[in-house]
Amino acid sequence: MEPILRVEKLGVKFDQNEVLRNVSFDVGKSEVLAIVGPNGSGKSVLFRALLGLIPHTGNIQWSTGISIGYIPQKLAIERDLPLNVEEFMRCKSKNREKMLQLLKAVGFQDEHHIEQHVLRQRLGLLSGGQLQRVMIAWSLLDSPDVLLYDEPTSGVDLGGEETIYNLLKRLKDAHSLTVLLISHDLNIVYKYANNVLCIDGDMICHGIPSEVLDPKALAQLYGGDASFYKHEHANP
Amino acid sequence: MAATPVSINTNMPTLSPLTVQLIIGALIGIGAGFLGAFMVLRRMSLVGDALSHVALPGIALALMFSLNPFLGAFGTLFIGILGIWLLERRTALPSETLVGILFTLSLAVGILITPEPELLEALFGDLSKVTPVDVLLTAGALFITIVLIRRIYRGIILDIVSRDLTRSMGISVHTINLIFLILVAIIVSLGLKVAGTLLMGSLVIIPAAAAKNVSSSLRDYVVVSAFFGALCSITGILLARYFSLPPGPMVVLTGGALFAGTLLLKQKK
Repeated sequence: MEPILRVEKLGVKFDQNEVLRNVSFDVGKSEVLAIVGPNGSGKSVLFRALLGLIPHTGNIQWSTGISIGYIPQKLAIERDLPLNVEEFMRCKSKNREKMLQLLKAVGFQDEHHIEQHVLRQRLGLLSGGQLQRVMIAWSLLDSPDVLLYDEPTSGVDLGGEETIYNLLKRLKDAHSLTVLLISHDLNIVYKYANNVLCIDGDMICHGIPSEVLDPKALAQLYGGDASFYKHEHANP
Repeated sequence: MAATPVSINTNMPTLSPLTVQLIIGALIGIGAGFLGAFMVLRRMSLVGDALSHVALPGIALALMFSLNPFLGAFGTLFIGILGIWLLERRTALPSETLVGILFTLSLAVGILITPEPELLEALFGDLSKVTPVDVLLTAGALFITIVLIRRIYRGIILDIVSRDLTRSMGISVHTINLIFLILVAIIVSLGLKVAGTLLMGSLVIIPAAAAKNVSSSLRDYVVVSAFFGALCSITGILLARYFSLPPGPMVVLTGGALFAGTLLLKQKK
């Protein structure tokens, strides 16, 4: 099957600093690709390059007519920003029915609660988990084919993490989405991703998590701590 | 201050000079409050506050060459906002220090080269010479401002939440910023008559800062900010007239009182 995204020899440089070198991979339709790597390894930079937001070398080829939803890692939302959820969502689509439907799909209870509380709530007053749910609903408003999700669990308490991923999986199946997600949690990668891409400036591995996340790749990625991960995931 | 009534044309009712001043004040207040709402959200309060200082050398140059002071003020403000725009484009670093220095320097230059008889009115505002033509000009500028902001506000708001998110939707943040800043330059140049080059920036920032204290939605915030702008202007102009003072300081002091009031309301919540 023709890939939905083909990346060949991608490189990104900020001034003289090479952030990404020689990264090549394909993404097929309905695939979940997890991107892992230590802090500062260029994961978010990869997303920004895929979105065409920064200059790069090499080739990034999306299939024609693909629409992309993006959820960035850091949102600069002040607590007293006078912008409520409905106004934020209306920046993308004025279709109120779809807004309600998606907010329900991402786990907010009944329509009355959404109308009276969620839509009128200021964005800055949402909890980390609620904001992630709103962002997922927001990203799906214009029915994208691909979702680029940078660290879905940042700002979500541990109990909430699992639910966000279950939710993502459910939505992916319902909307036949292709998902590229950046994660720092290898448990999640094993559980939800078809493929994994490990980067640390260079591309360290790419393939099915249980096959390519071997001790050598993990040692390259995270230094000497590889045995811990091996122990966790050798027999899932 | 001229005592004779002024008429727009033969078919329109005669307007007293005070009415003309109040209408202009209200229009400028609305425009300043409306744009200021977005300036404050974009964390441009200090830039906005100091921006109006740039107008002074422009006014001085216009007086030297017998041009309309509005054109001179707009000319230098335009250069000022272009500078801010380029700084924003080049770097993500806060440009406030550089802007603070350059804008204050231009105020110093402006004070030195503005002819003394006009200096006080340029610094603090003077509505005694406004005409019904100014009303039309201000109303036209306000109309254009509201129409254009309605077209670009989506990008302005999303940019506050996340620039990458905005750009990923194919919205040109830089173009939107340039349009926004040009509108600020237009409203500030027109508002110099009300608040003067020293204080006009405050009329952009204070009503918005006050509105932020009492608003929970964007819609409320923008409407309340525009209303507060008009309220500061009208009250300030009336107080200035009553105490025979220049309008600028009174407009800004009214804004200050309003801000303090809203802060108390916010604390009580």
